[in-house]
Amino acid sequence: MEATLLDFDLRDKEEYIINMGPQHPSTHGVLRFEVCLQGEQIKYLRPHCGYIHRGIEKMSEALTYPQLIHLTDRMDYLSAHINNEAVALCVENAMGVEVSDRVKYIRTILAELSRIASHQLWWCAFGMDLGALTTFFYGLRDREHILDIFEETTGSRLTQSFITPGGLMADVHPNFQKRIKEFITYFRKKLPEYDQLLTGNIIFRERTHGIGVMSKEVAIDYGVTGPSGRGSGFTCDIRKIAPYSAYPFVKFNEITLSEGDTYSRYVVRIKEMWESLNILEQLVDNIPQGPTMLELKAVKAPKGEYYQRVETARGELGVYIVSDGGPSPARIHYRTPNFSNLFVINKLAKGHKIADLVAISGSLDLVIPDIDR
Amino acid sequence: MYDFTPFIESITSYLNENLSPFWAGLISMVLLGVGILLFYAVLGLYLVYAERKICARMQNRMGPNRVGPGGIFQTIADLIKLLLKELIYIRNADSLLFNIAPFIVIVASIMAIGAIPFAKGLQAVDLNIGVLYILAISSMGVIGILIAGWASNSKYSVIGAMRSGAQVISYELSVGLALLGIITFAGSMQFSEIIASQEDGWWIFKGHIPAMIAFVIFLIAGTAETNRGPFDLAEAESELTAGFHTEYSGIKFAFFFLAEYMNMFIIAAVATTLWLGGWLPFHLFRWGAFNTVMDFIPPVFWFFGKAAFVIYLMMWFKWTFPRLRIDQLLALEWKYLLPINLMNLILIAFLTLMKWHF
Amino acid sequence: MALLKTIKAIGKYFYDIYDGVTSLARGMKVTGSYFLKPSSIVTQKYPENRATLKMFDNFKGELMLIHDENNKHSCNVCNTCARRCPNGSIEIIYKKVEGADGRTKKVLDKYVYHLETCSFCGLCVPSCDEFALKFDEEFEHAVFDRGKLTKVLNKPGSSSKATKE
Repeated sequence: MEATLLDFDLRDKEEYIINMGPQHPSTHGVLRFEVCLQGEQIKYLRPHCGYIHRGIEKMSEALTYPQLIHLTDRMDYLSAHINNEAVALCVENAMGVEVSDRVKYIRTILAELSRIASHQLWWCAFGMDLGALTTFFYGLRDREHILDIFEETTGSRLTQSFITPGGLMADVHPNFQKRIKEFITYFRKKLPEYDQLLTGNIIFRERTHGIGVMSKEVAIDYGVTGPSGRGSGFTCDIRKIAPYSAYPFVKFNEITLSEGDTYSRYVVRIKEMWESLNILEQLVDNIPQGPTMLELKAVKAPKGEYYQRVETARGELGVYIVSDGGPSPARIHYRTPNFSNLFVINKLAKGHKIADLVAISGSLDLVIPDIDR
Repeated sequence: MYDFTPFIESITSYLNENLSPFWAGLISMVLLGVGILLFYAVLGLYLVYAERKICARMQNRMGPNRVGPGGIFQTIADLIKLLLKELIYIRNADSLLFNIAPFIVIVASIMAIGAIPFAKGLQAVDLNIGVLYILAISSMGVIGILIAGWASNSKYSVIGAMRSGAQVISYELSVGLALLGIITFAGSMQFSEIIASQEDGWWIFKGHIPAMIAFVIFLIAGTAETNRGPFDLAEAESELTAGFHTEYSGIKFAFFFLAEYMNMFIIAAVATTLWLGGWLPFHLFRWGAFNTVMDFIPPVFWFFGKAAFVIYLMMWFKWTFPRLRIDQLLALEWKYLLPINLMNLILIAFLTLMKWHF
Repeated sequence: MALLKTIKAIGKYFYDIYDGVTSLARGMKVTGSYFLKPSSIVTQKYPENRATLKMFDNFKGELMLIHDENNKHSCNVCNTCARRCPNGSIEIIYKKVEGADGRTKKVLDKYVYHLETCSFCGLCVPSCDEFALKFDEEFEHAVFDRGKLTKVLNKPGSSSKATKE
């Protein structure tokens, strides 16, 4: 049994409770941490979520499969493409159809671009959590290049809704490949700057080394996936374990580190950006010709239960569809990575200082709408 | 050239001739006070502007560019906004202490300005213990911060204030010891004499490496004392929302804000006076012509140029580094700065004893 | 052994200082070099550059009904777009007109578009078999009155290409 807040007699131990959030600069959204402190030391911590619950799963039951895709954009808005892809893949599996290689390649390219964009935003927000305000602008400056690629092809910068069951909404823009190649050369030059500014910095290393150590067992127990889990040596990359889309065609390494502290979670993400650039480089020149949309009479999943998992920028996203054969799901459930990643924070932050809580929650890379859905 | 002493003396003698000594003293004090306050307000506003422009340039941005050419009136617009804002009354706050805290902070920094020599003769008071005075007065500001945190009736504020207390008390040591090095070199605590001792070269050059080490330590400790840069734990907006001034609004918040910038200026001014020759121009060995040209630039420009350089360095720190944690902050002081400083002081004493400095 | 350990510890102490200072200097080099490079500024002065600001062709701004030079659109009131819209942002109001051959025909009266509920998923545009819809490049959606967000997309006096005069 875990100790609860009621077990602490606050007066005797000189402890006090502080509420971080729902409005707080470092919770990145409407998340609330109920933190029990003694001086600056965290004795107990309880995350409260639900402030941005919109009932996406219930809303989806009233929508057809192509329609409900645009709601998944609003879950983990930083990897919107990958969320779209998860639902699309699940529905395609249910229908027993396979999209053309062109669609697979484009989907994977867009997914990797979103992964880089997401990690860039995480990098700037993480730097800002630790007080290095300049990182924020460098990260956003580089992210702008990816958003321009998105905007040119899909028409939106954040919530693209470009993937639909059976293919893509449209073909890519003629500039697509040229712009991606430009971005790869640009970002290869800018990434070492990230290391100079933050990774190598002595203050940063001191702030992150040995903070919030998560063992592999804890990561597996709590279902912490994605870069946070891989920082603890948990090989959980769905792109490797259960390849989907164009991932079987590319060579890349799954990055795992064994330390499990905040620093290793940071390094995993930085290295993943390099790895994503490699994946992009392999794919961008080899996009095969083919139709971008399957000729489907109606998008209807046959009666049954279907599950599909993909690797978002934050971990494993699972889509579970129960279908009664109609055009919309009877029940849809998302296994979102952030929900599992959030609740390990009590285990990581206990005994550390309140400043470390900010570093730990930053290193878990939480997106709050994804937790509440 | 450019000596302000006759000018100041003529004013005092004019007052003394026409008025009784009491009124003459009072009027000169009032004139001085008004002068310092005006200087304080204008400089504070433009330091805020400079910081915003500098950080913008470092972050590939433009910074303020709407109000006035290049946005130079932006901070004035901000000040008007802050003046017009509502002062929010905090329930259950200790209202006397809550209201008095910003004044303590700002009075401490105004008082410190009085001892700073801007040019020859342009100094409010030339105390014979000027360095000690500035040290003593500027550390009074932390009392204001502690009171602000305590009286706000907010947990965030208390944490911020306690952090600030621990921080300033530890870094006061380093500031004092670093200053002590130059005092040993110069043999005086009076600003005018310290400057006079640098006629033939600034202490940062004359004092070999120990003086440079002392300068770097003073910069680090000074940044920490002003609660700025990587040492802004008392505010720590990502952890404590705004630290000790979370609950303050309107002009009371502006007082804290202004005091932070002026404290930065005071640290820069002290560093300038002690290490960089104060208002003395830059001289290169015995290059007569070059030195004469340098002499033509008024000392006020020299002083503010050097102070601006030190302020730029402090801003550069702030906009590059992440924030330290409280235990690391104290470890940096007690494990690194203090031992190095003590060793450095012994070296300086030895150099002075042997007269090995230039 | 103890001596060696002490020497190692002292060496580590000074190495830490050296390592820390160099790492900080590397970071300062990055920010300092950007400070000296005004060409690296990426800020756009927004209201001033309005004339030159061009969105990408595919940009999803506001939905529009394409009208040709004769003020004709190609909507034939099939209602597919309205049914496809997940938010019910499209309302098609039609009237029944008796055609030349004596049969009643549906004719578009008002194509109502609720911008306030639109989530820009873009399902409506490809759903139209007549290619009557398009997203324009308007991105300044802000208005003072919510009522202004409900728009009628067919221009006054316009008619459908399908209807013969």
